[in-house]
Amino acid sequence: MVSTAQAVGRGSVVRPKVGRDDWIMRAYMLVIVLYLLVALAFPLYVMLSKSFETYAFRFDTVEFQVDRGEGWGETLNAMALGEGLGIVDPGTLVTTSDGRFPATSFFPDFSFRAKTLYRIRNTKEGSGGFLVKGRPATGTDWFELTSGEFRRVQIRPSQATGTGNYLSYFSTPALFTSIYNSLMIAVISTIVTVTLAFLYAYALTRSCMRFKGAFKMIAMVPILVPSLLAGIGLIYLFGKQSLVLKVAEWAFGEKTVAPWWDMLANGTYGPSEVYGPVGIVVASVFFTFPHALIIIITALSIADARLYEAAIALRAPKPRIFRTVTIPGARYGLISAAFVVFNLVITDFGVPKVIGGQFNVLAVDIYKQVIGQQNFQMGAVVSVVLLIPALIAFTVDRIVQKKQVALLSARAVPYEPKPSRRFDRTMFAYCCFVAFFILGVLAVCQYAALIKFWPYNLSLSLGNYNFDVMDGGGWDSYANSIQMAFYTAIVGTFMVFTGAYMVEKGKGFNSGRTGFQFLAMMPMAIPGMVLGLAYIFFFNHPNNPLNFVYGTMGILVICTVTHFYTVSHLTAVTALKQMDPEFEAVSQSLKQPFTKIFARVTVPVCLPAILDISIYLFVNAMTTVSAVVFLYSPDTTLASVAVLNMDDAGDIAPAAAMGMMIFYTNAGVRLLHAGLTRGLHRRTQAWRTT
Amino acid sequence: MRQGLFSQVLKGAVVAAAGLAFVTGGALAKTELTVYTAVEAEDLKRYAEAFNEDYPDIEIKWVRDSTGIVTAKLLAEKNNPQADVVWGLAATSLLLMKGEGMLEPYAPKGLDKLDPKFRDKDNPPSWTGMDAWVASVCVNTVEANKNNLPTPASWKDLTKPIYKGHVAMPNPNSSGTGFLDVSSWLQIFGEKGGWEFMDALHENISHYTHSGSKPCKQAAAGEVPIGVSFAFRGAKSKAAGAPLEIVVPKEGIGWDMEATAIVAGTDKLEAAKKLVDWSITVKANKLYNEGYAVVAIPGIAKPVKYFPEGITEAMIDNDFEFAANNRKAILAEWQKRYDGKSEPKK
Repeated sequence: MVSTAQAVGRGSVVRPKVGRDDWIMRAYMLVIVLYLLVALAFPLYVMLSKSFETYAFRFDTVEFQVDRGEGWGETLNAMALGEGLGIVDPGTLVTTSDGRFPATSFFPDFSFRAKTLYRIRNTKEGSGGFLVKGRPATGTDWFELTSGEFRRVQIRPSQATGTGNYLSYFSTPALFTSIYNSLMIAVISTIVTVTLAFLYAYALTRSCMRFKGAFKMIAMVPILVPSLLAGIGLIYLFGKQSLVLKVAEWAFGEKTVAPWWDMLANGTYGPSEVYGPVGIVVASVFFTFPHALIIIITALSIADARLYEAAIALRAPKPRIFRTVTIPGARYGLISAAFVVFNLVITDFGVPKVIGGQFNVLAVDIYKQVIGQQNFQMGAVVSVVLLIPALIAFTVDRIVQKKQVALLSARAVPYEPKPSRRFDRTMFAYCCFVAFFILGVLAVCQYAALIKFWPYNLSLSLGNYNFDVMDGGGWDSYANSIQMAFYTAIVGTFMVFTGAYMVEKGKGFNSGRTGFQFLAMMPMAIPGMVLGLAYIFFFNHPNNPLNFVYGTMGILVICTVTHFYTVSHLTAVTALKQMDPEFEAVSQSLKQPFTKIFARVTVPVCLPAILDISIYLFVNAMTTVSAVVFLYSPDTTLASVAVLNMDDAGDIAPAAAMGMMIFYTNAGVRLLHAGLTRGLHRRTQAWRTT
Repeated sequence: MRQGLFSQVLKGAVVAAAGLAFVTGGALAKTELTVYTAVEAEDLKRYAEAFNEDYPDIEIKWVRDSTGIVTAKLLAEKNNPQADVVWGLAATSLLLMKGEGMLEPYAPKGLDKLDPKFRDKDNPPSWTGMDAWVASVCVNTVEANKNNLPTPASWKDLTKPIYKGHVAMPNPNSSGTGFLDVSSWLQIFGEKGGWEFMDALHENISHYTHSGSKPCKQAAAGEVPIGVSFAFRGAKSKAAGAPLEIVVPKEGIGWDMEATAIVAGTDKLEAAKKLVDWSITVKANKLYNEGYAVVAIPGIAKPVKYFPEGITEAMIDNDFEFAANNRKAILAEWQKRYDGKSEPKK
């Protein structure tokens, strides 16, 4: 019998016909790819090239003539003069855009009282030139100057391309020690956070203690506030005018407490170190705790009860079960949590800015270089340096996440904890301690915001809410923040969800979809500071046709949507993956355009996920500082940046007040979201079995 | 409830007034000037209102931030300036901009009335001064008593071992006030003496802050007994009820001035000139005097409440060009000496 295949012969590969829908979907996908290129890839490229933009003195393009009363002498090249005098070596030539080199250094016999006349000119147009009377001169004409005027001539650097900035970065100890500092802070915070979060998650998933719901909710609170607020809270709790101290003095009397406090304050682990690495670590643990907790809870709740039963049947002692069953089961979750926390801490700018004192870290270095010294090139170099650990952490996290999926078996039996009084009580006590600390930090911020003048006038007052007379943009900034968060949530959710739909449900065009996935994952690896700085370079360039968005609300929304794109995208993809592709197939066979099934089926089914995305974007837009600190304009000041600026100016109490306003707003929106989701679940999600 | 009603009525009135202004003012077509400034937020409204009394057809759009950020912004926008005028930025920053060819030289009306210190030396000047902000030391008397610290009278006093760990100062790499202090010490004590003084002072510093007002506010809040900051800030905190004493060190104090300039290439040059003209009038100077004890026109300043005495006499003969031209080298040297030791002191 001849098989059909042989009979027909080898035809060409059958390709599904690309219909109108597919073209629309591809075109739309391209639009979003274009967006991600413009909002992410191009700015980063511009920033990278900025980091190679160097400034150096080009003495060979400057010439002098001197008249010592006997007419003009021969023409002297500055380079030749400098080499003759031994004042020119590679170290003195490399500088920054605001470097200046006094022309008088080339004439050791210079005296501004002498009757000598000087001439100076450039040999070439377009070099850095020099300053005459404070104004730049770049032409090739001679300038004739008296010695009094010549005293004020400064040679300016020329721009070039090279690795000079990197060389000077790695030869300045004040700069490169930040790498070590940042890594150390991130590693320590990661270990502490993951340990604490693991215990907390363990209590929530493996004990039978009471109030689990409340504990879970309290643990999520730090997500709702800007990371800076943790730093501010710690200053009030443990700073020089510590609230803890005041309470202790009130309770036990000043005499009893003083020696104890002195010992602590002047000791190694005392409160004097709140401004420094200890403070940074504690505040970092505070704000990264919920992020780690979410991941670890997920990892712990997928445990397979059959493994525990087997272990108990084999009479394995408890510690051994913990070591050989619990930990391996959660190991990917733990690794993933570790890298997420590491990434959050190393890229965070708020905490070290508020509480770091003179302990330099990379994220603050970028700010100091750009804002303090206007050295954009060095800011770009530090950004590139900061990108490296963030990229590594991100890559490892991605690899681990992929493995996690394979662990889940369809036959797994969910683990049910059994009550044990001692264990449950210990866990309860631990959770109380953590919850108390989290709420304590917030409570102290709120209390401080209502005090007239801590610590000298403790009467209550709303004076700290008079934001309009302080730095940071006043109440307008609060309104702006809400507006910005709202736009971000709307625009971002629409873009993210539709984009994810095209990628997930589109057919063919695999290379394009892989490219899209890659671009969509990128933002997570890019620290907010780096993104913000890259935006200045890219969007503020006069030749950029998109220049008009610079300084508007638009650029803040674009930056925030891009910064938080990845997590939103993953949420959307997960929700879409749960939907059977048959839906699309059926709709197609009924000759319906994809827009119809998208609007009638996909969106309603995925509504909880869509709400999750929008709330995630809203909350983060309210609290983000690092991404927008370089981008806001006077019309678009933001509440989170106002917290930073008020703290920077020393107005800590108003900063705490504004931080708490952000908290209440986010908490309110969150509650609204919870209510909406519950209602929705009842109405649209009845088909779900779980 | 009454509050709510009142604010509603107020809002209605504002809307109506705005509508009226639109109808009447629409024909005149207001010129809008984008003005970059580092003047304290609370003063901006007063400045604009007073200016509009004389020039109602020019509307000021403020872009306000701290000195460092405004300077960074202006320099970043060098090829595509957004500002028409800079009103109230440190002279050292304006010198930097002048060096980049970003300022439009202009001799405003009444230039000859200004103290020669308060103008660019060139003719026509690229910038004119408004007022001076002067360095000072804020001492919290309550905390000083608690720690048995005598009130310092001079800069050199601050290097005494008794003050170890009790002094905060701004980091010159991120704060204009910090740079002002450092450049003034180099001018007072000479290059070598200045660095020796800072070496000794560094031993006593508890922490360096990013902003110039923070040390004084921290002193006001008792976070640190002594803060090296500027007098203006100290006076404000004192007015707010802080137990502060503002000390003017006897060797003399560094200062910088807030100054005004036109950004080269503005297409609203006429309006910009009017604003700069106005910025050096007696009326404007009196306005500056409400917060600053030293202003550009000599002889009109009245004493400001809570300001220490003898400030004008203590101001050193500040060489701004020295500061601007050597800024890069001074900051690099400072960073090498003090910023590398980033571990907090035990």
